[in-house]
Amino acid sequence: MDDKLIIGGHEFNSRFILGSGKFSLEMTDKVIKNGGVEMATLALRRANVGGSENILDYMPEGITLLPNTSGARNAEEAVRIARLARAIGCGDFVKIEVVHDSKYLLPDNYETVKATEILAKEGFIVMPYMYPDLNAARDMVNAGAAAVMPLAAPIGSNKGLSTRDFIKILVKEIDVPIIVDAGIGRPSQACEAMEMGVDAIMANTAVATASDVGLMATSFRLAIEAGRKAYLAGLGRVLEYKAEASSPLTGFLRD
Amino acid sequence: MILNGEKVELKAGQTVYDFLCGLDYNINRIAVELNYEIIPREKFKEITLTEADVMEVVTFMGGG
Repeated sequence: MDDKLIIGGHEFNSRFILGSGKFSLEMTDKVIKNGGVEMATLALRRANVGGSENILDYMPEGITLLPNTSGARNAEEAVRIARLARAIGCGDFVKIEVVHDSKYLLPDNYETVKATEILAKEGFIVMPYMYPDLNAARDMVNAGAAAVMPLAAPIGSNKGLSTRDFIKILVKEIDVPIIVDAGIGRPSQACEAMEMGVDAIMANTAVATASDVGLMATSFRLAIEAGRKAYLAGLGRVLEYKAEASSPLTGFLRD
Repeated sequence: MILNGEKVELKAGQTVYDFLCGLDYNINRIAVELNYEIIPREKFKEITLTEADVMEVVTFMGGG
């Protein structure tokens, strides 16, 4: 079945976007392969003097890189980081992340809209990380976002789909891909989000903090695929306060 | 001049390219901002540094 995820004109078979933080560099390749990952995020930092190891050397051939703007506290800083990331020369994708609350790490939707507008005009494929608010999502789409990335729960919390009902509203109303990012802690939560009709899942901490990182990457791949297929299949209906037999009732016992 | 927030010695007449190679940077893995302006890689050999310059050199690392 041809079921591609399309972001900014680029096609993906995988709906599992990996955050590359918190892994040893040696594990990166295995996690990406086990997870069937085709897109992975990166962060930008000051480069130390000397030929130290670089994560780009551990990224498999053909993977799409999604630099993030983590560390940015406003639109201006996000734009600066995005431009620098593009100057390294790994494509036009950018995940905008603007956070100035150091306790909960919640994204600033207003600044994110501003950064989206500037970067989309400069030809970036902009994927904003956001608090799942319908009005903000509409503003981001109008500003040129190629996808929106609503959070499920605070970053790194592994708490799951705390924002379930608001993400459902985005699925219903927003036409660009919805990628649930941040807070997904278990494959079952990723699966549930996919069943709801979101287009992809981004996870990092859930995999990186598992006891067996490689096996957890496999598990997320399977859960995301299962959820996607369930969504495409159309979930069965729910009955409240009644039952409906699945087996034919035997007619002869009481006749 | 200032590199990534710290004062560093500069040899007279060094270009951006000479300076970065002298510090063992892998040119293909970094982006450079000079006085808050991004310098494209192909211009590294054309720009000569001065004591008053402020340079940021950045690269990718793991991050969600």
